[in-house]
Amino acid sequence: MSPPLEWYLIFSALLFSIGVVGVLVRRHVLIIFMSVELMLNACNVALVAFGRHLDSLTGQNFVVFVITVAAAEAAVGLGIILALARHKDTVDVSEMDILKQ
Amino acid sequence: MELHSLLFLAFAAVALIAAVLVLLSRNPVHSVLFMLLTFVNVAAMFVLLQAEFIAVIQILVYSGAILVLFLFVVMLLAGGERPLPVLNQPLQARAAVIVGLVLVSELALVVLTSTVGGGRRGPDSPERIAAVGGNIEALGRQLYTTWLLPFEIASVLLLVAAVGAIYLAKEDL
Repeated sequence: MSPPLEWYLIFSALLFSIGVVGVLVRRHVLIIFMSVELMLNACNVALVAFGRHLDSLTGQNFVVFVITVAAAEAAVGLGIILALARHKDTVDVSEMDILKQ
Repeated sequence: MELHSLLFLAFAAVALIAAVLVLLSRNPVHSVLFMLLTFVNVAAMFVLLQAEFIAVIQILVYSGAILVLFLFVVMLLAGGERPLPVLNQPLQARAAVIVGLVLVSELALVVLTSTVGGGRRGPDSPERIAAVGGNIEALGRQLYTTWLLPFEIASVLLLVAAVGAIYLAKEDL
């Protein structure tokens, strides 16, 4: 018998919360972006665990789409970060305040 | 305690410690490598959940493609700039940790007090999956029948994202 569903859900919750804290505490734009990827991965764990528990493959199919969208998002997001860093010459999100002025 | 649970605890511990180190390391390259450790451990967890195909694409797409992209961008950005402080202003960092703790306790409360996973059983029991020929066959059958339209939309999304990324990363934007 594998570990119970609750263990996977608690792990997923912890990983998701680490991602949330990462978005809030760091100022490096890349680390913030990586924290978002951590949150996506935590959701994947929960989806697969629920699917396994309920004898359904739909959760795994969702994960396939989540990973696809994550790849697209990473490509576009990193392109935006590159353009932004070239424009402002910084990776500090607190210095990206063009709209404020 | 039997082998499965021990393996789960080991993978979970390494993944969580690596995830915390992603946030705490000063060098972005170290962050990316700790992230790689997290993703590999999550992939191992997918194997424990008998989701072999997901484990493989986790390694291939996340560790292989996305993290290499991150490494490229870290190398491109790290051009002689002043180092950032690891954490934000103390007040904001403290508030963020409090928000994280509240979030964890909320989620743990929901998981531990509700009857999670008590719903109706699906049709894909391990015996059915084995009868079709394994995880990849069963998943592919469902992906190309039930989820065919979302699959095609996802492929168009990837194409658009690739074109957009090339345009955004061009020098003369």
